[in-house]
Amino acid sequence: MQNYNFPDENGHFGPYGGTFVAETLIEALDELKVMYEQFKDDKDFLNEFHHDLKHFVGRPSPIYFAERLTKKIGGAQIYFKREDLNHTGAHKVNNTVGQALLAKKMGKPRVIAETGAGQHGVATATIAARLGLDCVVYMGSEDVKRQSPNVYRMKLLGAEVVPVESGSKTLKDALNEALRDWVTNVSNTFYIIGTVAGPHPYPMMVRDFNSVVGKESIVQMDELVGKQPDAVIACVGGGSNAMGIFYPYIPYENTRLIGVEAAGHGIETGKHAAPLTANSPVGVLHGNRTYMMQNDEGQIIETHSVSAGLDYPGVGPEHAWLKDTKRAEYVAINDEEALAAFHNLCRTEGIIPALETSHAIAYAEKLARDLSKDKTILVNLSGRGDKDINTVAGIAGIKI
Amino acid sequence: MSRIRKTFDTLKISNQKALIPFVTAGDPSPEMTIKILHQLVTSGADMIELGIPFSDPMADGPIIQRASERALAKNVGIRKTLEIAKEFRKQNQVTPLILMGYANPIEAIGIDEFLKLCKSSDIDGVITVDYPPEESKAYVEKLKQNDIDAIFLLAPTTEKKRIEQIIKQASGFLYYVSLKGVTGAQNIDIEQVKNRVGEIKSLTDLPIGVGFGVRDPETAKNVAKFSDAIVIGSRIIQEIEASDESNMLENINKIIRSIKQVI
Ligand SMILES: Cc1ncc(COP(=O)(O)O)c(C=O)c1O
Repeated sequence: MQNYNFPDENGHFGPYGGTFVAETLIEALDELKVMYEQFKDDKDFLNEFHHDLKHFVGRPSPIYFAERLTKKIGGAQIYFKREDLNHTGAHKVNNTVGQALLAKKMGKPRVIAETGAGQHGVATATIAARLGLDCVVYMGSEDVKRQSPNVYRMKLLGAEVVPVESGSKTLKDALNEALRDWVTNVSNTFYIIGTVAGPHPYPMMVRDFNSVVGKESIVQMDELVGKQPDAVIACVGGGSNAMGIFYPYIPYENTRLIGVEAAGHGIETGKHAAPLTANSPVGVLHGNRTYMMQNDEGQIIETHSVSAGLDYPGVGPEHAWLKDTKRAEYVAINDEEALAAFHNLCRTEGIIPALETSHAIAYAEKLARDLSKDKTILVNLSGRGDKDINTVAGIAGIKI
Repeated sequence: MSRIRKTFDTLKISNQKALIPFVTAGDPSPEMTIKILHQLVTSGADMIELGIPFSDPMADGPIIQRASERALAKNVGIRKTLEIAKEFRKQNQVTPLILMGYANPIEAIGIDEFLKLCKSSDIDGVITVDYPPEESKAYVEKLKQNDIDAIFLLAPTTEKKRIEQIIKQASGFLYYVSLKGVTGAQNIDIEQVKNRVGEIKSLTDLPIGVGFGVRDPETAKNVAKFSDAIVIGSRIIQEIEASDESNMLENINKIIRSIKQVI
């Protein structure tokens, strides 16, 4: 794929993506498109963006050779791109720094966000505090319960956290509610979407802001290993950490790109969050067309994953396109496998990974086992697991 | 001429405006919806908007969201909605029926299947909330081939050039969203709506309905002075929520009559 040039000007990745919203949002999206086009190659804007990534976020994040894990598995060499070391603890902040800067340029004093695990909400609240913007975060009431440390973090940072009681009370409903807020307060509000979903230009813009991860990796792998990895692995909820590392690697045809979805209790049980792996029907939700978990009458069905950040029935439209064109592969890891990888990494490498990230690690272990020692795997270590310790303790029957 | 346009023309002769109530199919139950639809007509509805329940109604406020949730709990989806319409049509072949829904249920059963069901239920128009014109050209073409009006929303923020484009694809009437917000909101500014509707009228002969923020006879009366139709949804659904089956039809009757009288 040397000449990969997506999306087209209307935000389509082949048959996916697009702008499927009520007329009430069209003007706001048009405004955003124009502003993003204006700033995305603007020198001053990019300088400010990279200045904040360096001095506020702490980029570049290192690439780390997981020596003990590699030895333990006994196959391919495993490297981590350490997004967990970013300020706020995940890749999510790269995108929020970009979008908040854009909000500032557009003169919007108020930002809103949806959040599942709370990482995107925390990142948004953080950057809002840094730039002096009002911040409201919508979070499904189920997730508010699952991720209470992050709820408190957002409040400490001055954000208002609104629990969403509609529908399944998780990430997709938080996204609905944020869209409703945006329609209502469109003149003074910027909606910072946290993943490569939503209507055009969000999937493209969020990918672009996060692609700093892949761009750094290409340089760092060259310096550190002297070659590019044979496989790049990332977990996929909406797909922003995966697109961030995949996108710059698309022209590197010898590098396999592998997205890891959440198999929850198992694909065959229907209780999962893996629309690509399960070959779910294509549908329209949250402004774009993509693979979508739904019943035969188009009602979105409830998903399940132990990790709140992967608990989403759809997936970014660009992943749908990369699957169809076979440039990327998609697999799924269930709750149990992810938890095992979580515990293993804590003890083998001294890194507590996010439960989302643990899905990518679990698959990396599987793949490394099947590959010879001269092969290298790069895993996007998308976030740290401090936020998940209550969940993990709860599963072990421990109260902390 | 479509049944929708005919209704507007007839009302015009007697200097009346169309009252278009909205209810969600299956709320509170499929049987009750059929009774409600007939009651709406008896009380003065000139056309009816029937909502297709959807799990993720992103343009709707909490009241219509709850209506969708109640309907889904009774297993009413897109197919059952069209069955309800068909049942209604057995006794009423004159009142225009307009479906309002989201794209995903329509795509899930397939556009051709959807149109076939619409034909067999004698549907007059469809509003597909999240299909803006640029994403729905082929769909709108098919609606027209089947003599079903494609009704589009116009927002307070829709620019003139875009209004002109939408007018080219629209038929039946244009639905002007009276405020920046979701259905059932309360901050409608009559003067602003009046100016916008005037602007749109200068661009088209299509009738213009106003909805999203109309909740009481007073507002309806004022908006009817410069528009061709009033759409009222959340206010009726509130009656459905607050009533039990014994007084539901009477409560709906009261609210519809109070509005029909003044427009
Ligand atoms: C650490 C981490 N990784 C991954 C994800 C999943 O999101 P995405 O697929 O957009 O990267 C989340 C979401 O909250 C997260 O917090």
